[in-house]
Amino acid sequence: MNALPSSSHYPAAPTAQVAEPHTLTVLVDNEPGVLARVIGLFSGRGYNIDSLTVSETEHQAHVSRITIVTTGTPMVIEQIKHQLERLVPVHRVHDMTVEGRSIERELAMVKVRGKGEARVEALRLADAFRARVIDATTESFVFEITGGSEKIEQFVALMLPLGLVEVSRTGIVAISRGPEGM
Amino acid sequence: MTKEMTGAEMVLQALADQGVEHIFGYPGGAVLPIYDAIFQQDKVKHILVRHEQGAVHAAEGYARSTGKVGCVLVTSGPGATNAVTGLTDALMDSIPLVCITGQVPTHLIGNDAFQECDTVGITRPCTKHNYLVKRIEDLPRVLHEAFHIAANGRPGPVVVDIPKDIQFAKGMYTGPSNIRHKTYHPKVKGDIDKIKAAVELMAGAKRPLFYTGGGVINSGKEASHLLRELVKMTGYPITSTLMGLGAFPAADPQWLGMLGMHGTYEANWAMHDCDVMVCIGARFDDRITGRLDAFSPGSRKIHVDIDASSINKNVKIDIGIVGDCAHVLEDMTRLWRASNVQTDKPALASWWKQIDKWRARKSLNFKNSDTIIKPQYALQRLYDLTKDKDTYITTEVGQHQMWAAQFYNFQEPNRWMTSGGLGTMGYGLPAAVGVQMAHPGSLVIDIAGEASVLMTMQEISTAVQYRLPIKIFILNNQYMGMVRQWQELLHGGRYSESYSEALPDFVKLAEAYHAVGIRCTKPSELDFAIKEMIEVDKPVIFDCMVDQAENCFPMIPSGKAHNEMILGDSAVALDEAITEEGKMLV
Ligand SMILES: Cc1ncc(C[n+]2csc(CCOP(=O)(O)OP(=O)(O)O)c2C)c(N)n1
Ligand SMILES: [Mg+2]
Repeated sequence: MNALPSSSHYPAAPTAQVAEPHTLTVLVDNEPGVLARVIGLFSGRGYNIDSLTVSETEHQAHVSRITIVTTGTPMVIEQIKHQLERLVPVHRVHDMTVEGRSIERELAMVKVRGKGEARVEALRLADAFRARVIDATTESFVFEITGGSEKIEQFVALMLPLGLVEVSRTGIVAISRGPEGM
Repeated sequence: MTKEMTGAEMVLQALADQGVEHIFGYPGGAVLPIYDAIFQQDKVKHILVRHEQGAVHAAEGYARSTGKVGCVLVTSGPGATNAVTGLTDALMDSIPLVCITGQVPTHLIGNDAFQECDTVGITRPCTKHNYLVKRIEDLPRVLHEAFHIAANGRPGPVVVDIPKDIQFAKGMYTGPSNIRHKTYHPKVKGDIDKIKAAVELMAGAKRPLFYTGGGVINSGKEASHLLRELVKMTGYPITSTLMGLGAFPAADPQWLGMLGMHGTYEANWAMHDCDVMVCIGARFDDRITGRLDAFSPGSRKIHVDIDASSINKNVKIDIGIVGDCAHVLEDMTRLWRASNVQTDKPALASWWKQIDKWRARKSLNFKNSDTIIKPQYALQRLYDLTKDKDTYITTEVGQHQMWAAQFYNFQEPNRWMTSGGLGTMGYGLPAAVGVQMAHPGSLVIDIAGEASVLMTMQEISTAVQYRLPIKIFILNNQYMGMVRQWQELLHGGRYSESYSEALPDFVKLAEAYHAVGIRCTKPSELDFAIKEMIEVDKPVIFDCMVDQAENCFPMIPSGKAHNEMILGDSAVALDEAITEEGKMLV
């Protein structure tokens, strides 16, 4: 009997393709446990969640809209889409990245603490980024900023040396351009 | 029908309305109202198992041998957790089940109440769908929906968790209706343009191969029928996965045997070398593909599956058709016939010639003995002595399972019940109980290993109680043979914990259960003993003492490609198998 080199029960992992971020919009029936199903699918099958937002969007019809940003190879992204579609309470799944022409935004609230020149600088930068002051004390601000993720990253990075305390972000929501709905 | 009744009564009414005749279960505090309702009706017969895992496997055997939805009833907490292995098994093998679990009363949920567990949480990843019913108004709809979802699309297990107060509550029952489900609409008809393209690709093939799976069985008898028609019409070779055995008759000359890790030489080589692969209702599982980057490198691939997520999951597909096998096969046969296909006769002739050369290696050969029973021989005899009877086969998991797949030649669908995806030791005995319940007059045999069968041995007690004359045919090699084989081949022969120490005396064990025990140790006595087993009208444990050292071949070592498979010592050597003419080609 010839000796066998492989000691694993399973075939080797395939060599990696290039992974890319995709934004998926998932319309679901807003029933108990539906979010657990979606998240369980991602953790159970080892997919990434870079960002996740959920909210009921059609109250009468009990429909919620989930926006997920995930990273994967094209084959994995196709898998994720089909796996989501397999979940019973899922109405539809759209890959906003593939379907193109979509707008993505998130909202962040950024708390900055400081006095003197740093404080003035923070306020000046906020103005440049069109961030609004939604809370203030003599030694702090909370800014509200909306935009693409990169803009928010940039703003937060600038606040860091000026006394950044904490950030709360919504995660990404997305919608397609033009007159058509999903 | 609309009528006021309790939740427990609704459960029984819904089962009856769904055409359920048998339910496998085990009582407990959280399902007592339902058991009370069972007591007061006679439409649905309850079969009391000895462990909830057994109930689920029995329902699986019932479902797979009939094509109906299998039903299970268990209590909360440990009842539900014991069912988890069976539910996972059913999910992996796409078996339609409805499992009703009792739950603590709604006001106690989340309180760590006695025998509470988060059943929907625990079973979410191991069911196709599940429900916790918190309002009596929802119960009738959920029950009917559970059957709809279990049986439609890619079949699977559905759990309905019903708190005890909901079982007592009164509400209006409504019968099944044809209301379109809000979100769940599986696609059964395949895209006709894609089917046309597939037929065109098939027609031009020089080295075609059908590769079919459990999806054809799940799709119903009509799918097997259409598959046979299409394969006959094309004249192309066909192989199948473990789960698909029986969809195409093993006696047919176009049949190459099972493929995969323990598949035949001809099936695996044909997979590797084909130029057009027609996959119907199979899912390119790792036991089938071997090394992915070397999997059938030169073929264009057609894949028919009702589950879109199976297509392009592991292997890049050229034409993916989402639809039910029977529907797509119907379109394929119709289009093939209508387009008056002219296949490439000379190319096909040389393809068949090549296949015959692979066949000539006789990869299932084994060295027989007249002093010790070879497991393969035992199965050959079992097959010969039962093939003309109305026989159903279940298995446990291990070498015996692979030998059963290789040596028991299935001619019809729904006759073969095995745990493929999960590979659950202990599946076969309870599955046999379920099969026998559905087919009272038939011969039902669990081809077992001595280690596996001990995992659910207690279900023989169920068989005895309900006078189910199942036959447990143990290929007793006193080892966890499949583990031993891997240790021999991959771990330097260090047989760590794979010896079946302190085995019971299976004959006495049978007798203790009021069943019949038969032992056979000599090849010369085998036929007589098997005939005796068949004739006994009682459950039998047949202790067939076989060669402890036998390995299961052929085998694709893990991480290897189809063309790197290894054969047992008894296969015909390559130079002997290749004819003079063949040598020129190699
Ligand atoms: C529940 C469970 N535990 C462990 C395994 C791993 N396993 C696969 S085959 C096998 C040995 C089976 O031994 P036996 O039933 O005697 O069958 P044999 O291989 O000897 O024919 C084991 C332990 C499994 N498949 N299922
Ligand atoms: Mg054994």
